[in-house]
Amino acid sequence: MSHDHSLSPEVMPQEPEKATLEGKNKFFGLWFFLGGETVLFASFFGTYLALRNSTAGGPTSTDLFGLELVFIMTMLLLTSSLTSVYAMYHMKNNDFKKMQLWLAITAFLGMGFLGCEIYEFAHYIHEFGFTFRSSAFGSAFYTLVGFHGGHVVFGLSWLIALMVRNAKRGLNLYNAPKYYTFSLYWHFIDVVWVFIFTVVYLMGKVG
Amino acid sequence: MKGMGKTKALFLLSFLAIVLAGCGKENLTALVPKGTGAETSMNLILLSTLVMVFVFVVVIVVYVIALVRFRKKKGQENYIPKQVEGNKTLETIWTVIPIILVLILAVPTVAATFELADMSKSGDGVNIEVTGNQYWWHFNYKGEEIQTSQDLYIPTGEKVYLNMISSDVIHSLWIPSISGKMDVNPENVNKMYIEAKEEGVYWGKCAELCGPSHSLMDFKVVAVSPEEFDKWVSDMQDVDPKAQPQDAVAQEGKDLFEEKSCMGCHAIGSSPAAVGPNLTDFGNRSKIAGFLEPNEENLVKWIMDPESIKPGNKMTGNYPAVSEEEAKKISAYLMQLKPSDITPESAGK
Amino acid sequence: MSIAATQKRGFGAFLWDYLTTVDHKKIAHLYLFGGGFFFLLGGIEALFIRIQLIKPENDFLSAGLYNEMITMHGTTMIFLAAMPLFLGLMNAIMPLQIGARDVAFPFLNSLGFWLFMFGGILLNCSWFLGGAPDAGWTSYAPLSIQSPGHGVDFYTLGLQISGAGTLMGGINFLVTIVTMRAPGMTYMRMPLFTWTTFVTSVLILFAFPALTVGLFLLMFDRMFDSAFFDVALGGNTVIWQHLFWIFGHPEVYILILPAFGLFSDIFSTFSKKRLFGYTAMVFATILIAFLGFMVWAHHMFTVGLGPVANSIFAIATMAIAVPTGIKIFNWLATMWGGSITINSAMLWALGFIPSFTIGGMTGVMLASAVADYQYHDTYFVVAHFHYVIVGGSVFGILAGIHYWYPKMFGRILHEGMGKAAFWIFLIGFNLTFFIQHFLGLMGMPRRYWVFLEDQGLDTGNLISTIGAFLMGVAVIILLINIIYTAVKGEKAPADPWDGRTLEWAIPSPPPFYNFKQTPLTRGLDPLWIEKTEGKGKMTPAEPLGDIHMPDGSILPFIMSLGFFVAGFGFIYQVDHSAWLLAVFAGIGTALICMLIRSLKDYHGYHIKKEDLEREAD
Repeated sequence: MSHDHSLSPEVMPQEPEKATLEGKNKFFGLWFFLGGETVLFASFFGTYLALRNSTAGGPTSTDLFGLELVFIMTMLLLTSSLTSVYAMYHMKNNDFKKMQLWLAITAFLGMGFLGCEIYEFAHYIHEFGFTFRSSAFGSAFYTLVGFHGGHVVFGLSWLIALMVRNAKRGLNLYNAPKYYTFSLYWHFIDVVWVFIFTVVYLMGKVG
Repeated sequence: MKGMGKTKALFLLSFLAIVLAGCGKENLTALVPKGTGAETSMNLILLSTLVMVFVFVVVIVVYVIALVRFRKKKGQENYIPKQVEGNKTLETIWTVIPIILVLILAVPTVAATFELADMSKSGDGVNIEVTGNQYWWHFNYKGEEIQTSQDLYIPTGEKVYLNMISSDVIHSLWIPSISGKMDVNPENVNKMYIEAKEEGVYWGKCAELCGPSHSLMDFKVVAVSPEEFDKWVSDMQDVDPKAQPQDAVAQEGKDLFEEKSCMGCHAIGSSPAAVGPNLTDFGNRSKIAGFLEPNEENLVKWIMDPESIKPGNKMTGNYPAVSEEEAKKISAYLMQLKPSDITPESAGK
Repeated sequence: MSIAATQKRGFGAFLWDYLTTVDHKKIAHLYLFGGGFFFLLGGIEALFIRIQLIKPENDFLSAGLYNEMITMHGTTMIFLAAMPLFLGLMNAIMPLQIGARDVAFPFLNSLGFWLFMFGGILLNCSWFLGGAPDAGWTSYAPLSIQSPGHGVDFYTLGLQISGAGTLMGGINFLVTIVTMRAPGMTYMRMPLFTWTTFVTSVLILFAFPALTVGLFLLMFDRMFDSAFFDVALGGNTVIWQHLFWIFGHPEVYILILPAFGLFSDIFSTFSKKRLFGYTAMVFATILIAFLGFMVWAHHMFTVGLGPVANSIFAIATMAIAVPTGIKIFNWLATMWGGSITINSAMLWALGFIPSFTIGGMTGVMLASAVADYQYHDTYFVVAHFHYVIVGGSVFGILAGIHYWYPKMFGRILHEGMGKAAFWIFLIGFNLTFFIQHFLGLMGMPRRYWVFLEDQGLDTGNLISTIGAFLMGVAVIILLINIIYTAVKGEKAPADPWDGRTLEWAIPSPPPFYNFKQTPLTRGLDPLWIEKTEGKGKMTPAEPLGDIHMPDGSILPFIMSLGFFVAGFGFIYQVDHSAWLLAVFAGIGTALICMLIRSLKDYHGYHIKKEDLEREAD
């Protein structure tokens, strides 16, 4: 027996992401997962804070960081979080096309962020010879920021897979939770970046 | 039932043996403290044991009574006991009493923790830089131009301050009958003080896994009276590293010591370089390699094949092969390095 | 697929069934089998250690091999034996106790198991490939960085993979308990074992990521020349200790809380009494878990963190004694006034109380920082943690296995052999570890390959070794019991112990859909309430209808295999870059499986109402 969960606007529940047991499970599951991720990043932050002055004679954070680029990256990612909120808004209104459109913008902004990050890393390596192996500070910096970047890559792959897979079939109670959990994950990445911006870049540049 | 008897006898014997062994070997066991740190720890060990034995007895008494009184008896197969939800008074009691017991233990713990961490008077006392190495200890007496390895001489009745760092992996310095342990880290100097109350030779151990020969990284603390300590200091300062041995064999040994590049790592005299153990007072050492009896046989064996004695040591393979005859000569040279009359053997006698 | 699919099949079909299963009860079997296998392995390693220490300056093992033995004994017992065995019991029982038909994520459940299994196998491959890890189960840097060969590489990759599996298990149980409780099963009506499963899962969720990070740093330092623990480049080795113990201390509560839960169920069942102070027990569990995150630095009293940190962590640690004490007394009060049946399951529970009290007592003694300067890294600590992990967790696992064996396998374990194994184990256990408290204080540090002659340590070590062999004998009796039971064991009724909770309301072993109709819970100990006040069986909360079941899948197995291959690739790419191919192939396989899983819709299947009606009640 196959279930057709496709929705017409009339039967669309208030919260499509939590309307089925599977959806509810995914919703809670992702929240718990983000709890674990918080500890993961907290550990990376702790390591970074312990090692941020251990430059072993190599470049320091004040030498390296330029706030202009980081500011652009922050804006890109914050905006992408906002656009994913719009997408979820349209999901709740059962407007699949608009949801896909806003998600596409989200993906676009995410890729922009990633491009900037790659440029930033390349810049440090070529201009300053500052690598993963230069000093304990280098290892801690690339690991923390790199793990965040890795999360962005994973998020983008997830998003693109979702959009492609469901492009022709529209929104239903089976895939609504998938979209919704993606957006939660994307917000989390954004929050982590806010901390990176503060702890790594602002504190690194100022004091 | 002969087998039963044997097992019983074995049990009895082993328990007797424990009683006889008592608290372990003197000058090694933490149960017979001979220093300030070990005493402070022992007081807390005794206090906490007392509190805990009290708790244990209470638990066991209730447990046994419950088991005996409330075990299902014949004819009670269908008896259904009263389903009790709980009891506020009882539950409060067994919440409050443990809190009180914990407080009884916590207050002296905090006091002792701060007491043993007090380094404010380190300027007045003897200060020693300790370096932990795989698998030996080096001691550099600050401001005295004295270096020793493996045997740490200290005066009794005063605090001796240790500033400890590791040259490789993490070690932990432990002299059970004098003081509790502290880690010896590669990235920072850890400070502690030790104070021996009686003269004697105390066993020191490494207490943090540091490689294959971790269990053989022993050293000795030689505690002598302050007067003897001063004499030992001046004796050690007077050492002339170029002094020629009187004995001809030892003289040949000295030449071999240079020829076989032993000198590249092992200093004799006050040079602070310490790639390998400093050998200035080797003839007075209480042990060879930290744990072997100091005799020619052991020393020759060590010189010829240290790997068979301390697996993973850094001496193996770093010098040209030495024949038995040569090893005996080197041994003769090293064994006569006795710069002072203050020795482990004289300590406490 | 119809219900009648449980006929006799060939071995191939049997194997395929287990490789693809997403049924929590079968995954429980897998966990028990896998965990049991590693438990035996870890036990053999323990015996090797004790043989080496039977007399002073023994040369049974070489120094290097001895360090490998202690490292693998600790790592295996904690990560690959105790934890998976508990995950097995949780999988088997927790969904039944809340009246659920499965866990929230059956696919993830299977993936979690296979990741654990392949991680464990990867770690143990090191024995045959140049040597096992030898830096201790704590793997302190920089010893673990300097350790030659690939041993420690196997440690990082093996634990990383199996740890990911455990984390999935934790999230899965959390969601299951939040969303899938049967009608009327409120949080404060859940059996204690379900409660401790929940709290344990929270601990897994928040503790394991710290280990993940620590293992990444260690792996990067060893394989990619980063400088986290390289002092020359500004690295700091104490970071590893913090990360390890931020994980490691909650880990010991991960190992003990499930035991607390199942002992609560057992005491209450075999005393025929409601658990005394249920609410206090629940909050004590939560408090222990909370405090468990606040005390990690008591493993680091000798590191040189200073008197302020040492004092704070000492007091926080002592505070854990309070909720633990509450638990012990509530168990005693549960028995008090009851009608106590003593069988092998209850014996393990009864043996637990004095053993664990001793372990808890020495725990408080260790919390006193200055006293710990003497205990730290000696046999006193070894004695302490074996009293809690063996006297608590292992007794718990064995009690749980005896208690739920009928439910899981449909047969009752032989009582005589069960009792014999218990007494021999109890004597052997105390013989092995009690004396070690004194050995430690008499000057024997832990992880000593040899102890010297004439240091007063000979007799104690001999006694300890004799005890270890007695424990070995008890385990062999247990194995014989299991084989005997499989062949000739007594068939179990649905409710062999006059149970109180929902798992005893359905047949032994349960049908694959668990509950034909979801039961209605009317209070704590729902089955007991129906037996004493109702009509003797559970009232259904829904009319008989179709049951939705998830599809089986081979993907979890293939994905885990992919990570296993990638693990080898990571370990050996240091020697030759061609091994990077294995990394890409392995991770690629896993990613493709993931993609298949996301792109394909899995709607599961339904068991028809008519088929269910045909089943006899």
